[in-house]
Amino acid sequence: MSKQLFVGLDIGASRTKVAVLDRVGALIGHAVRKSGVDFTATASACLDDSLAMAGATRADIVRAVSTGYGRANVSFVTEESRTEIGCLAKGGYHFFPEAISIIDIGGQDNKIVKLDSGGRRSSFKMNRKCAAGTGAFLEEMAGRLDLPLEQMNDLARQSGDMVKLGSYCTVFSATEVLESIRHGRKISDIVKGIFHSVVKRVLEMDSLTERVVMTGGVAANNPYIVEMAAEMIGRPVVTPEFPQLAGAIGAALYAMDGKG
Amino acid sequence: MAEEGTTVRKKIQATDRMNRIMADYFYGLNEAATSGKKKIAWCTSVGPAELLRAMGFDVYFPENHAALLGATRLSTDMIPEANAIGYSPDICSYLTSDIGAYLKGVTPLAKAYQGINSIPRPDVLVFNTNQCRDVQDWLAWYARELKVPCIGITSPKSINDVTNPLIDDVARQMEALIPTLAAISGARLDMDRLQETVALSRECTELWRQVLETATASPAPLTFFDGTIHMGPAVVLRGTQEAIDYYKLLLAELEQRVTEGVAAVEGESLRIYWEGMPVWGRLRQHSELFAGLRTNVLASTYCSSWIFPSFDAKEPIRSMAKAYLELFIVRSDAYKETYLREMLQKFRIDGIIYHDAKTCPCNSNSRYGLPKRLEAATGIPSLVISGDLNDLRCVSDEQTRTNVEAFIEQLEEGK
Repeated sequence: MSKQLFVGLDIGASRTKVAVLDRVGALIGHAVRKSGVDFTATASACLDDSLAMAGATRADIVRAVSTGYGRANVSFVTEESRTEIGCLAKGGYHFFPEAISIIDIGGQDNKIVKLDSGGRRSSFKMNRKCAAGTGAFLEEMAGRLDLPLEQMNDLARQSGDMVKLGSYCTVFSATEVLESIRHGRKISDIVKGIFHSVVKRVLEMDSLTERVVMTGGVAANNPYIVEMAAEMIGRPVVTPEFPQLAGAIGAALYAMDGKG
Repeated sequence: MAEEGTTVRKKIQATDRMNRIMADYFYGLNEAATSGKKKIAWCTSVGPAELLRAMGFDVYFPENHAALLGATRLSTDMIPEANAIGYSPDICSYLTSDIGAYLKGVTPLAKAYQGINSIPRPDVLVFNTNQCRDVQDWLAWYARELKVPCIGITSPKSINDVTNPLIDDVARQMEALIPTLAAISGARLDMDRLQETVALSRECTELWRQVLETATASPAPLTFFDGTIHMGPAVVLRGTQEAIDYYKLLLAELEQRVTEGVAAVEGESLRIYWEGMPVWGRLRQHSELFAGLRTNVLASTYCSSWIFPSFDAKEPIRSMAKAYLELFIVRSDAYKETYLREMLQKFRIDGIIYHDAKTCPCNSNSRYGLPKRLEAATGIPSLVISGDLNDLRCVSDEQTRTNVEAFIEQLEEGK
């Protein structure tokens, strides 16, 4: 008997995420892969990974909805798509059904999406065409410091004297990082400064409601950034269990609703 | 589902007529420049064109040429030429496109009109800084390059109320241009001719207002993207009978559409206001993007900026001064907010999009909190998109698409 599954595919600029929900909306399969240069092949592989986790096959899919930059590249499984802003809103409200501001830090861009208590979007903001404050900025800086991305979170926690980066330009920030290296500053202090810069760039984009939710790969892989954001905002910041999957889960929820 | 479909905007039949009168206009300028039979004045788009026409000049508008460079997507290759001689990528990309094109010997007129090889050489350059300082700097460059006199009006800015002292100031500046213009044209100002020209401009502008206001109908018979093309005669031929005849033709076609319930965008479900400059190199893409979402961008500040209700043949110079001070771009934010509220109401708008043009701060009204104030006052959602009028290096198509689609989703959910 068919399992009747609903699938969301979030083909982001940096990572592809797939979420598989069962008929009652429980997350039973998920996967994340680097999007790479072939969105269709990556999405296909990611879909199979998550279906395997769910113990299912493509034949069990009732409906799938895609989102993200590559949302038009997955016609093999769905012709329906929503914007990532819509899917983030859907996914964010699913976990936190109240008036919230969702801060999403992705590989290519940042978003602040505000929802009212009924889950309706009241506004959204995306970063301007600039890498500052995005995952791409972190990747660039990790490269400058010759560090694997996954080490940044622990290093930032070790900082005792954060380096302050003043510029909102990635190139200028890189120069500031080089200057700190030249002055012999500790790598951990530089990394914390980089995290601080990311949060500052995002908080400049819009005002926030009382309840703040953080999603996206940067929050998923760097819990310390979430803690810094809470400290800078002055109130708690919450995340769903899988922050990076918020958009994919939102897309899957649209699939359950029968909407693309 | 806010996803782009295949709907396209309906073609306006009068376009062929407009293309012919625009061709006649450019051939006329070319003839004047090559034969030397008539003097040519270059004029900023909201400069004293009526005065120049009445004094016998053929009038050429560099901003119109810059928009053509943008629309033909030549501008991004021209801008670096101007950057290289010290004109920053951060200043007006009309200016840098146009000067860059001159330096490279390029004009879209040569491609569009057989026999025209270059833009018409000016005998005088006339500016009005009511739009920005860049227009003066732009013409000043040509003045040095071509050794041609450059004269103009330095306008008051951020005007709340257009008061008599302000009008007096601009009227005096306009009168002060007359002796220089007379010396260049070789003819004294004929007041009867000026009155007649202002009367023609008044009629043209009134017809243009009626054309734009056909979009108050639901469904609207035209789009903002149509408006950016069809405003051509209102910009370059105001003060002439040709412009009046054209807008009568266009108005009749649009009124017919309204009578028959014909929509410019099939299945129009959302009505959008565009605040700011168009992205000239993306007119078609933006038009198709919105039409595919069954959304009509049907009204704008930009196209409405060539409505000058104060033109009065009985007081030609003073009424020109008043009209050119009443321009949206030269007004205070308080005035702009009131104006926009009225426009949103008049056109029954569902959402407003602000184009934050990187190189055009004066036409980007999203930078001093206006969108949030207006949204709070009206409840009408807003979106700010980053881009530019001519410099496509400042445009991210994917970000624009995602922003627009998400905005339309938001509006649909809120309906």
